[in-house]
Amino acid sequence: MKILVPIKRVVDYNVKIRVKSDGTGVETAGVKMSMNPFDEIAIEEAVRLKEKGVASEIIAVSMGVAACAETIRTALAMGADRGVLVETDAELQPLAVAKMLQVLVTREQPGLVIMGKQAIDDDMNATGQMLAALLGWSQGTFASKIVLEDGAAFVTREIDGGLETVKLSLPTIITADLRLNEPRYASLPNIMKARKKPIETIKPADLGVDPAPRLTIVSVAEPPKRQAGVKVGSVAELVAKLKLEAKVI
Amino acid sequence: MTVLVLLDHEAGSIKQPSRSAVAAATKLGDVHVLIAGTDAGAAAAAAALPGVSKVITATDKAFDHALAEPLAALLVGLAGDYTHLLAASTAIGKNVMPRVAALLDVQPISDVSAIIDADTFVRPIYAGNALATVKSSDAKKVITVRAASFDPVATTGGSAALEGAAIIALPDIAWFVSAELSRSERPELTAARVVVSGGRGMQNGENFKLLEPLADKLGAAVGASRAAVDAGFVPNDYQVGQTGKIVAPDLYIAIGISGAIQHLAGMKDSKVIVAINKDEDAPIFQVADYGLVADLFTALPELEAELSK
Ligand SMILES: Cc1cc2nc3c(=O)[nH]c(=O)nc-3n(C[C@H](O)[C@H](O)[C@H](O)COP(=O)(O)OP(=O)(O)OC[C@H]3O[C@@H](n4cnc5c(N)ncnc54)[C@H](O)[C@@H]3O)c2cc1C
Ligand SMILES: Nc1ncnc2c1ncn2[C@@H]1O[C@H](COP(=O)(O)O)[C@@H](O)[C@H]1O
Repeated sequence: MKILVPIKRVVDYNVKIRVKSDGTGVETAGVKMSMNPFDEIAIEEAVRLKEKGVASEIIAVSMGVAACAETIRTALAMGADRGVLVETDAELQPLAVAKMLQVLVTREQPGLVIMGKQAIDDDMNATGQMLAALLGWSQGTFASKIVLEDGAAFVTREIDGGLETVKLSLPTIITADLRLNEPRYASLPNIMKARKKPIETIKPADLGVDPAPRLTIVSVAEPPKRQAGVKVGSVAELVAKLKLEAKVI
Repeated sequence: MTVLVLLDHEAGSIKQPSRSAVAAATKLGDVHVLIAGTDAGAAAAAAALPGVSKVITATDKAFDHALAEPLAALLVGLAGDYTHLLAASTAIGKNVMPRVAALLDVQPISDVSAIIDADTFVRPIYAGNALATVKSSDAKKVITVRAASFDPVATTGGSAALEGAAIIALPDIAWFVSAELSRSERPELTAARVVVSGGRGMQNGENFKLLEPLADKLGAAVGASRAAVDAGFVPNDYQVGQTGKIVAPDLYIAIGISGAIQHLAGMKDSKVIVAINKDEDAPIFQVADYGLVADLFTALPELEAELSK
């Protein structure tokens, strides 16, 4: 079974982002970029399924600027077999990404798509659900455990009240949550090997998809800053302040 | 404009985040709500919400576990009559609404924190470190609502009419197997007036029990950082943050939590923040109204004793 893993290049999670002074967006020039952390988890899960002999081939797909090829290299070094880069400078929103992935899925015929539950830049938490809808497939979102058995996927999901397990017909879309696994670091030999793995580069038009965004950014602003308050000297002082000053207890 | 809101419900009552979604919907137009599943009493509870003019019911076991596949089909079937489809940004809303949006060829607008007009919405991006105002060009808007940003409507006062949804064919591609839910006598995290959260500083799950007497005294919910959940101290549904629950209680007490941006994303809109941390440089102090530099293992019993006075 082939597994397709969509991966997004995003501002590294450690970076304290800066809103551009003209309010058009967030500064990304000269900022450290990395693979979306949830997508690392998705790649790791695919690699583990390959190591178990369940998966035969892992295809990492990234959409965006040319530098997304670096993100694909990281996935290849972690154990993916080949990459597809859909190169565009256009702003991509989940609907367009899902439509392009739909075409790639139809072409590649994977038995499973594993992706991140959420991109930490746009915080949309949408693309996996949308891809499942377009394909008419089942979906296992926010996964913390995946078991493939009896021709189905048993996915344990992190929900508001705890955990839930669902049985999904295959093929299916699974989106990774934080507890699914702990992604490996690529070893040096694997980084070297990754250089020889193929990356195919195509354009949105090759997939017949118009990636034009449906949401226009009117403005991007900094949220109101919270003022740091005071340090209290003792528990007694803390309780007194909460009672008399803040009046919250 | 008429808006349809998908409600989360359980044991005959409407979840608080959904009541916030109804509050958001009333800013857009006439509000209809959808109760899917066989939960007895939920429709009556929905009809009692102020501001709701119609309750659509889809009383079918197929919806009882809120699986996205049948629920999305139901919503798409109803969508024709509405300009906006809303749900709270709960596990259910986040799972279902993007699926609905794709089926309608619409770009969903996730986690809306303010409504400017019928097409224009504010939503946090980059873990809440930026607020994007976005304008949708889609004919229908599919929206999830950040519950913490809208005061919920009351549970009583309304008297909406009930109407059954037409029966439609449902996809049979996903099935509920089992659930492992954390049971607690405490208020739910997203609904609590006070939240007491522990982090990696708690050291283990046993120590997390030290938070319970404090939570009991304050009528608080217990939350946690990702590090505490990852380490297995507490279940996943305790996680507060960018990718966990978003809370905005009157009082948030962070104990042994450093204050990473991903954690702050989930609690920095709380009215009053208290931090107890032994590291005086911990970033949590930059957002705390009251900071106590102390070892939590000495501060916690003191705090409990002080509150008992
Ligand atoms: C994609 C992604 C998503 C994430 N989502 C979330 C999220 O939703 N929520 C979230 O919380 N995090 C999230 N994180 C993780 C986040 O970056 C931090 O790693 C995490 O919040 C740290 O948890 P912590 O503060 O408990 O642990 P630490 O950072 O290790 O801090 C522990 C604190 O406890 C203090 N301490 C230790 N012992 C004591 C003592 N005896 N008395 C008093 N203080 C003590 C220490 O001084 C320290 O400040 C995410 C990360 C990524 C990459
Ligand atoms: N430009 C992209 N290229 C590849 N994968 C993407 C892209 N955008 C989103 N994804 C995938 O969709 C997931 C959810 O993203 P989002 O819906 O934007 O929060 C990510 O974790 C990725 O797996």
